[in-house]
Amino acid sequence: MRSRNSLLYVGLVATVLLSAAPLYFMLVMASRTNDEIVSLPPPLSLGAELFPNLDRVFDNPDVLFGQALVNSLLVASVATVCVVVTSSLAGFAFAKLKFKGRNALLLFVIGTMMVPVQLGLIPLYMLMTKLGLNGGLESVTLPFVVAGFGVFMMRQFAQQAIPDEMIEAARMDGASTFRIFFSIVFPALRPAAAVLGLLTFMERWNDFLWPYLTLDSDHPTVQVALSRLSSGYYADQSLIMAGTFIGTLPLVVVFIVFGRQIIGGIMEGGLKA
Amino acid sequence: MRIRDRLTKAEARVAPYAFVSPFFVVFAIFGLFPLVYTLWVSLHDWSLLAGDQGFVGLANYRELMKDSDFWRALTNTIGIFVLATVPQLILATVLAQVLNTRLRARTFWRMGVLLPNVTSVAAVGIIFGLIFARDYGIVNWALGEIGVGPVDWQGHRWSSWLAISIMVDWRWTGYNALILLASLQSVPKELYEAARIDGASAWRQFWSITVPMLRPTIIFVSIVATIGGIQLFTEPLLFGSGVNAIAGGSTGQFQTVAMYLVQQAFTGQRFGYASTVAWVLFLLIAFFAVINVALLRRIKSVD
Repeated sequence: MRSRNSLLYVGLVATVLLSAAPLYFMLVMASRTNDEIVSLPPPLSLGAELFPNLDRVFDNPDVLFGQALVNSLLVASVATVCVVVTSSLAGFAFAKLKFKGRNALLLFVIGTMMVPVQLGLIPLYMLMTKLGLNGGLESVTLPFVVAGFGVFMMRQFAQQAIPDEMIEAARMDGASTFRIFFSIVFPALRPAAAVLGLLTFMERWNDFLWPYLTLDSDHPTVQVALSRLSSGYYADQSLIMAGTFIGTLPLVVVFIVFGRQIIGGIMEGGLKA
Repeated sequence: MRIRDRLTKAEARVAPYAFVSPFFVVFAIFGLFPLVYTLWVSLHDWSLLAGDQGFVGLANYRELMKDSDFWRALTNTIGIFVLATVPQLILATVLAQVLNTRLRARTFWRMGVLLPNVTSVAAVGIIFGLIFARDYGIVNWALGEIGVGPVDWQGHRWSSWLAISIMVDWRWTGYNALILLASLQSVPKELYEAARIDGASAWRQFWSITVPMLRPTIIFVSIVATIGGIQLFTEPLLFGSGVNAIAGGSTGQFQTVAMYLVQQAFTGQRFGYASTVAWVLFLLIAFFAVINVALLRRIKSVD
């Protein structure tokens, strides 16, 4: 029994090491010069060049990396706030309000989670051109201010977190539905809203295909800037890795601080679906 | 008083629709409309710059069926998808089982397996591109140490498929393990106890209790993996860095259908043809999702 248990731990340690190794590698290469990176055997420990490499990333005139960080923060934050608000509103309505067509509409919401809407990217591009938004940050924000997953998640949470009596009592006192939402429901939804916010922020920060297609060179997000760094004519490995490190760091920090909540959110989401 | 009552009543009737409408309005404009309109565009000769050049019926579809570049991209996509998904689901199920035992520092292990998923897909492509580099990559160095000659990972079909599959699995195995773990935790412990009393081995318990109980979740996870896998784009794009990365290697050996779509739309400026690719991809995802469910339904469930 004891030996089987230690075997489990050995397996887990190996898994976690494999999970972390590529990221460690990124840091090693980000902290080395290009000459060191192409030496054999390859360096396996941290070097001294991290900060000079980071300086080079931010000084690179073709990529606007500092701007890209700000842009990503902006885009991801706006989308996150919007998704949390719109999902809370809709989730509450689906969980606690009675209205005609409720079940059919909810089924539709669940269906949207299974439909690969990314495949509509060509008409989306045409639409953004028509609206005059192609190239700018609005084009990567607007389509993502709502999320079917968010609506569903908030609905599941609202169902068990908000007692019907509470809403009835407020109605007796003459409160409107909007009033009930803002003063009773939204505060009660906060734990789920926080998790949804974290998941949404991470998803938006990491988004690639659509931003890569639509954004112009004056408005990069971090992921787009990374792809531009790495597609240069000559490969400056330590520069690319330093950029990748900076682009990854914010989410790793968020993950370390809120890991428990993020894991909870993912496990809940999978269970309910 | 009566007017106020009536107003409150009216508000209560309208409010639910007002609450759900932001989602439906935005989704209709930026999600549903583009997807449906793709079908319309695919029936036209439509250029990126010149716009609609006229209705052509199914001509784009006929051309696509004879397009060997498309078939090569399709083979690559399905090859990578199978190569990535099968081991990934098996590993994730085993990992979920391990994480479900009584462990010290539970949250630490869970965070450890989820860490790769926090990394952006773009970063994954770039990092693994260097790890699998031909001349100074660490994988080739390690292979050299055990006497295997350097592999040109980007150069061949099989090796690029393998490298890309490893990227996908690195990012998603832990995530799927956590979803499977959530569903494992709802399996009654008595089932395992009864099996143990009957003398069932751990392996036997895994196949006769764990896998059948997880069936709905395995179906869910594999459908999500199918939707993502058939649209694979970023990993192969950044794996083959350089200015013509969208071509997926010197002879398109790892160009996926999604890459071909983007290449046709933006390099070739053929919006109509690219929409045809998108619509075929959509049908393909639906087809594979159905196959998936049909196959996984054959796992016998525990009654």
